[in-house]
Amino acid sequence: MPHLSRRSALLGLTAAFTVGRASLALADAPTERRFVVVILRGALDGLAAVVPYGDPALAGLRAQLAPPAPGQDGGMLDLGGFYGLHPSLANLHAMYRANEALMVHAIAGPYRVRSHFEAQDCLESGADHRMTSGWLNRAIQALPAKGGEPMAVGVAVPLLMRGPAAVANWAPHGNAALDADLYTRIAALSQPDPLLGPAVVDGLRERGFAAAVLDGTPAEPNRYAFPALAKAAGELLSAADGPRIAALEIGGWDTHSGQAQRLATVLRQLDAGLAALKTALGKAWGHTAVLAVTEFGRTVRMNGTNGTDHGTGSVAFVAGGAVAGGRVVADWPGLGPGKLFEDRDLQPTRDVRSVAKGLLAQHLGLSAAALESAFPNSADAAPTGRLINA
Amino acid sequence: MDLHVAHALVRFGLGRRGTEPLPADPRGWLAGQLNAPDPTTLAQPPSSAAGLAAIREDRQNKPEPGQSRGRALFRQDALAQLGNAIVTPAPFRERLVWFWTNHFTVSLRRPVCAALAGAFVEEAIRPHVTGRFEDMLLAVMRHPAMLLYLDNAFSIGPDSPAGERNKRGLNENLARECLELHTVSPAAGYTQADVTAFARVLTGWSVDFRGDPPGFRYRPFAHEPGEQAVMGRRFPAGEEGGIAVLHFLAAHPETHRFLATKLVRHFVADDPPEDAVRRVAAVLRDSHGDLGSAAKALIGLEAAWQPETKLRTPLDYVVATMRALEAPPPDRPYLIGVLGNLGQPMWMAPQPNGWPDRAADWATPEALLRRIDWAYGVAGSIGPHDPAEVAEATLGPLLRPATLEAMSRASSRRDAMTLLLTSPEYQRR
Repeated sequence: MPHLSRRSALLGLTAAFTVGRASLALADAPTERRFVVVILRGALDGLAAVVPYGDPALAGLRAQLAPPAPGQDGGMLDLGGFYGLHPSLANLHAMYRANEALMVHAIAGPYRVRSHFEAQDCLESGADHRMTSGWLNRAIQALPAKGGEPMAVGVAVPLLMRGPAAVANWAPHGNAALDADLYTRIAALSQPDPLLGPAVVDGLRERGFAAAVLDGTPAEPNRYAFPALAKAAGELLSAADGPRIAALEIGGWDTHSGQAQRLATVLRQLDAGLAALKTALGKAWGHTAVLAVTEFGRTVRMNGTNGTDHGTGSVAFVAGGAVAGGRVVADWPGLGPGKLFEDRDLQPTRDVRSVAKGLLAQHLGLSAAALESAFPNSADAAPTGRLINA
Repeated sequence: MDLHVAHALVRFGLGRRGTEPLPADPRGWLAGQLNAPDPTTLAQPPSSAAGLAAIREDRQNKPEPGQSRGRALFRQDALAQLGNAIVTPAPFRERLVWFWTNHFTVSLRRPVCAALAGAFVEEAIRPHVTGRFEDMLLAVMRHPAMLLYLDNAFSIGPDSPAGERNKRGLNENLARECLELHTVSPAAGYTQADVTAFARVLTGWSVDFRGDPPGFRYRPFAHEPGEQAVMGRRFPAGEEGGIAVLHFLAAHPETHRFLATKLVRHFVADDPPEDAVRRVAAVLRDSHGDLGSAAKALIGLEAAWQPETKLRTPLDYVVATMRALEAPPPDRPYLIGVLGNLGQPMWMAPQPNGWPDRAADWATPEALLRRIDWAYGVAGSIGPHDPAEVAEATLGPLLRPATLEAMSRASSRRDAMTLLLTSPEYQRR
């Protein structure tokens, strides 16, 4: 496990994490394979990230939300003639072209709630209800134990990795500052209080927040928190005696308004983070699989504030040197009349647990029994095949 | 939840603990806490004897910085008090303990107090919060923590045998603060001559580190001989003279008025309504300084049931949050550090007048941002709690629709919880 010196270097790095909503947790495992799960907290609009531009119904439903066609200026990056990747995901596209990344479309968990909290709980629990431990932790437990002391455990371990297996947490939680957007909402809620309202605004001003933030204009979140954490994760995972499993999370996907700009910003962070992870992993990238998932998708149609509301089907990304990439995995349900889930959302045709189970089986070698322990009662979600290079 | 119930939990208590049963009759619930014995049982009750022994050992065998026996006692005792506040079923009684502890401030600004502050609460304050003020005053003035904090332990009558031998003399600190901060207040119009005379009266009230057990000791050879006149009254020499002065001060109408003002400011409003002060002062007068009766009078004040006029201090805020989330009593000094970071380090008021008790004193911009940042940290580790359920359980009808709306729009449980913990209605009391 990492030694004090390396731990200290990372703690030094945490000084940079003063803004942003990203976190990192790590765990040891008896394998040379690296497995990274990225939770996209807040519900990614899968139709904007991986655009089914070949679907004839798309333009009529959300023309304003789709980037220009492939080949045009600022256009989407082609994924084989039917799907196009959002132009902010250039590094991911390069991985796709190198057969190191694939996209799984029309995916969702087993639940059909549109509550962030419940859906995130289900996503991390790996079940249709909240459990007290996360599926990744249960998967780690299914691997043979390896000696060594657990790394320092922080104050907040994501549910995804909570459970008996020792995990370390590098999240800047305890002393983390909030991102400007949350400060803005707090300032707005405090505003009616004659004492607290002005004092909170003064405090933010003293800390150097721009006037635009205080006026309630949505602020651009920190662009470096997630890439920095992803880089830190890659450095730790690459070490010979380092951890093997990492859970990262990045927020900012809840694009109810002004989606085009906000989504581009956060997609760029994700993209930069994946690139930083690959670079930091070095040769270990070849033994790595990364799974990026979100709790649910967003409405197919645009809402009244140039955004989208909570939906159902979305996408997942699988990347890494071990991944059998270069393709989009989907049983495309279509967007035409009668095809949408409840006439509003992308109809999911694949269970997100199928992808996770496929990766755990093919990449980490989990047995069928271990998969059942990680994802109880998930017989309907059979492992997706051929995700990892043989 | 009834508005009065919600208000009683916040205004007079330390916030609801989780989903503990709600009192049917809020006034009766509060009064019941005063009538029943204090339910507090500390696993390792502090004592001034143990504290003084630790101080003595630290002086004989100099410890490494931060490793002193006195600091260890402080951490243990501070955690015990915080843990008790977090779980107590009698939060109004506990609020009174913290109120009177602040009224009779001893502070770690004098490091010697580290080993004694917990014992001070348990020996001088807690036993008397529903008893007579005079008994509390006497217990405070004889407590080693106060005698050391305000220097009386080494005050020597100039004409006493010890004074003539050592060429040392008076220290007026405790006498002055007792008049100004603990009893009659400057409104009584006492003079410097009264302060000096009272200081002479108190000479010999000292601390014996070598006794068995170590503790308060009246030292006749340090006591100033002769009668003393304090505020127009003559008091005899000897230990009895000091007890008589305290008896006189405790029964003084200005003391009743001063205590009533502070109680009403703490439990009713930053600017105490005059009629409320008069009523509580009258109860103190008629009951001969019965603090339980004064506390019941507070419950009976109509003005005390106006919601959200006060602001939670950092201590209240932290304890209330731990209660709302049903946190177990802390087993690590983490919360002590939090209180320091939020601007109210445990038992470490800057001056003998204690922590301020007006909202504006706590609502400084940086202090509020630190609260927000801490709330975000807490919100990151709330486990299975549903923010909306916590909001309903802890605030009930005090929760504003705007806050609930903002929480429901939050994109994570953590953000929603942060919005609750930083909302004005949660920070107010």
